[in-house]
Amino acid sequence: MRPDVNGIDRAAINGKLPDPERTVQVLIIGAGPAGTAAAISEAKAGAEVLLVDENPVTASLMGLDTPLYFGGRMTTAVQRQERMIAQIFATNPALEEALELGVEVALATCAWGVFVNGPGLAALPRPVVGLANEMRAWLVGFDKLVLATGARDIPMAFPGWDQPGVMGAGGFTALVERYDAFAGRRIVVLGSGELALKTATLARSRGLDVAAIVEALPQAQAVVGPDLADIPLLTGQVIHTAQGGLTGVERIQVGPAGGPTTELSCDTVVMCIGMAPAIELLNAAGGGLTLDSQRGGHVPVLTGKGATTLPNVFVTGDCAGFGAPQDSQAYQMGWIRALLSVGDGQVMVCQCEEVTRADLLGVQPPNYLQRPERLAGRDIHTLLADGPINQDQIKRLTRACMGACQARRCREQVALTLACATQSARVPLAGFRAPVRPLPLKVLADWEEAAAMTAGWDVWFGIPSQWVPYADIGTEREAAQMVVFGEDPA
Amino acid sequence: MTSKGASVVIVGGGVTGLSTAWWLARSGCDVRVLDKGIVGWEASGRNGGGASHYHSPLYAEEQRLWPLMDDLLGYPTEYRRERVIVAMSPAQLASYHKMAANFNALGYAADHIDSRQALELAPLVSPHNLGGIHVKFGGHANPQRTVQAYAWAIQDLGGKVVQNCAVTGFQTRGGKVTAVETDQGAFGCEAVVVAAGPQTGMLLEKLGIDLPLASARAEMIVTEPAPLMAIGGVDGNGLYGRQTLRGNLAYGGGPHEWVEVSATGPEARPTTPLIRNLAKRVAELLPSAAHLRVIRSWAGVVENTPDGRPVIERFSNPDNLTAATMSGVGFGLSPASGHAISQLVLEGQCRFTDLSKLGIGRFANLPSDWREQRGWTAISPAGS
Ligand SMILES: Cc1cc2nc3c(=O)[nH]c(=O)nc-3n(C[C@H](O)[C@H](O)[C@H](O)COP(=O)(O)OP(=O)(O)OC[C@H]3O[C@@H](n4cnc5c(N)ncnc54)[C@H](O)[C@@H]3O)c2cc1C
Repeated sequence: MRPDVNGIDRAAINGKLPDPERTVQVLIIGAGPAGTAAAISEAKAGAEVLLVDENPVTASLMGLDTPLYFGGRMTTAVQRQERMIAQIFATNPALEEALELGVEVALATCAWGVFVNGPGLAALPRPVVGLANEMRAWLVGFDKLVLATGARDIPMAFPGWDQPGVMGAGGFTALVERYDAFAGRRIVVLGSGELALKTATLARSRGLDVAAIVEALPQAQAVVGPDLADIPLLTGQVIHTAQGGLTGVERIQVGPAGGPTTELSCDTVVMCIGMAPAIELLNAAGGGLTLDSQRGGHVPVLTGKGATTLPNVFVTGDCAGFGAPQDSQAYQMGWIRALLSVGDGQVMVCQCEEVTRADLLGVQPPNYLQRPERLAGRDIHTLLADGPINQDQIKRLTRACMGACQARRCREQVALTLACATQSARVPLAGFRAPVRPLPLKVLADWEEAAAMTAGWDVWFGIPSQWVPYADIGTEREAAQMVVFGEDPA
Repeated sequence: MTSKGASVVIVGGGVTGLSTAWWLARSGCDVRVLDKGIVGWEASGRNGGGASHYHSPLYAEEQRLWPLMDDLLGYPTEYRRERVIVAMSPAQLASYHKMAANFNALGYAADHIDSRQALELAPLVSPHNLGGIHVKFGGHANPQRTVQAYAWAIQDLGGKVVQNCAVTGFQTRGGKVTAVETDQGAFGCEAVVVAAGPQTGMLLEKLGIDLPLASARAEMIVTEPAPLMAIGGVDGNGLYGRQTLRGNLAYGGGPHEWVEVSATGPEARPTTPLIRNLAKRVAELLPSAAHLRVIRSWAGVVENTPDGRPVIERFSNPDNLTAATMSGVGFGLSPASGHAISQLVLEGQCRFTDLSKLGIGRFANLPSDWREQRGWTAISPAGS
């Protein structure tokens, strides 16, 4: 064996991951009502608190429907960051109180990863959160981490959904309520549960027209109060198509799944069929999750009050799960089923990667690859014969959910569509991976790399004997072929 | 043979086991591949897709086969030829030139290129590059598509791929493995192949064979799509990786973490802030793409033998056992490794190349603390 073994693997990660740039006692991600309240109570208890929120996000990220489904219906006001920040303070007065209590508030700062030692990972000097703004990324250590990341929209495809003016309840609420930057005038609400009625009420309160509330199921899912009673409530109906022009939606066709349809004029369709607890950071960090229909879908496993399975990591607010009066999964499934019955296989499910329903269920590769004959014999049912459907596997084969929006527009609907097509109750959650926000290479990059990382970098394992040409093994040429540490062998 | 059995049972549905099963099925053999999870869920679906391992005795066969694989398998692998390796430092350039000399000595053309030529071949690379090499062969493919292509091709030939079936042991009689025990019962067999990645050693131990292995986690990142370069296999600057046909830039490199893998496989495959150091090197190498967003990262666990070279062996006791660990370089070699292993199973030897230096016997005198000696041990978690 090699004589140069000395108990140290220079290319191993040991001692190379950097300490965080700073460490705070309490780090809170998300400055919505729950996160701000948590910051205030921690500060009152005397803790040093850093409260971060990605809002206001840049107009270009909004265009990618990140973090919410904004559907291209924002005004140009979203390009003025100062105004956006002022709006955030104006609409969340508790933030001022937090500031007065000494909470450090970092807006326009996203958390893109939570890293803690655990199964398969022991190399971190301490638990850290990866933060980034438009310019750079950095790591912050914490004694206690509170995730208050809220909820995400659940978009669903129908013919014409891939145009400006189709958006989610979360995106709509943020544009209307927080930013006063909604570009539409007349909306149609999809869904009739509490989320839908809240959305309609908000729209009305801002002088927007609500052309209809459309419910795929036979009955309204919540009691429509007198203030909304004049809005047409179309139960047992579904959106068949959204039509429009350059600036997006101008009208839609609605009706029972089997037709006939009526036309409604509107510039915006707001999907209010459900929201998903924003569990991406916890999932990517290895925190325990469970599918709980009564708490809104995939939610954190709670081991105590707000405590997750990760030490010193807590959740609060919507990301911890929210009470759903109805079975959220069954309701969403009902909608998907109805939507799948209108439009054909050509409806695009994944906008980024242009994956159609037919290709998703046919488990077909993207268009830039050839589709040899034998692929025609493969589909979701032949795959099901090999074992339970796994969305991450489907993603690898079809590219659905592989795009730049990080599957924000398609994760849930792909899961629901697959479950529906295979008559499964559910498919397992497709995993989230850091960075959970799309971050430019130059922003994510560690430009101040630690010396130990630079010195110990090898393209692969730095095993001296690994790349010796076969003919040289066991000859006098072997010694000269040993890899010199840090050289790129392959 | 039990009703579930097959003439050859292959333990492990990574590229090595799948390719072996596919070659066996092509020879008319009745095969069953057993995997504890979904095919390719471990290293085989999580790697850089590189296929340029000139140091291997399987290299010539790998190079012969890759351009044919889409047609042979009947499903697309996204294989693309050639590589451009670009230096950002004089030390990198020297090492790439040494690599080119090795390639050329084996009869595979690899040209030196200057900075301008590098930019022409790979327009995203830095104008400050120091040149590098243009490898006229080799290439890269999509690991996940390749895995599924093997699995489907096996099925098309009448073989069976049994997923979510963990192998727990073996039944032996008269110096032969007679059945493979799993959590779904026993699968009778006339011959068995173990290609279970990190768990290969643990499984062989049940047959009294000592295969020294240590496993480690390696990480990669991927960006949103960039405009397609004529040659997707562009790397260098301490990175391995490729531009996918969709345009995404997928790169890995840098430190690994040694981990303990239990009989049930890696417990988790987390990524770490190392993804920032990967992002830095990609941004340096391909500054015209530095504005592109990183949209995911992932990690995979690979095993290594003490010298980092594969073990491919047909044993004499039990004499119907063949095992292979590709020791961290197994994706690109898979068309050829499966071919070789299938010949070991059917004929007791590989007809197209010499594998004698990849036998397990070379570790006969390995000290028991070989991992400690190399520093290839898992980090004890802080505070324990
Ligand atoms: C980040 C990364 C980058 C890499 N880059 C490259 C590259 O560019 N080029 C290259 O050639 N190689 C690369 N590699 C290495 C390559 O991925 C591996 O060498 C190759 O995939 C090994 O394939 P395998 O089939 O031998 O093992 P694996 O892929 O590990 O497959 C083993 C299979 O056995 C199954 N299994 C294990 N135990 C049991 C059991 N008890 N019962 C049933 N099933 C079991 C597992 O589930 C698994 O599917 C890379 C690896 C990583 C992690």
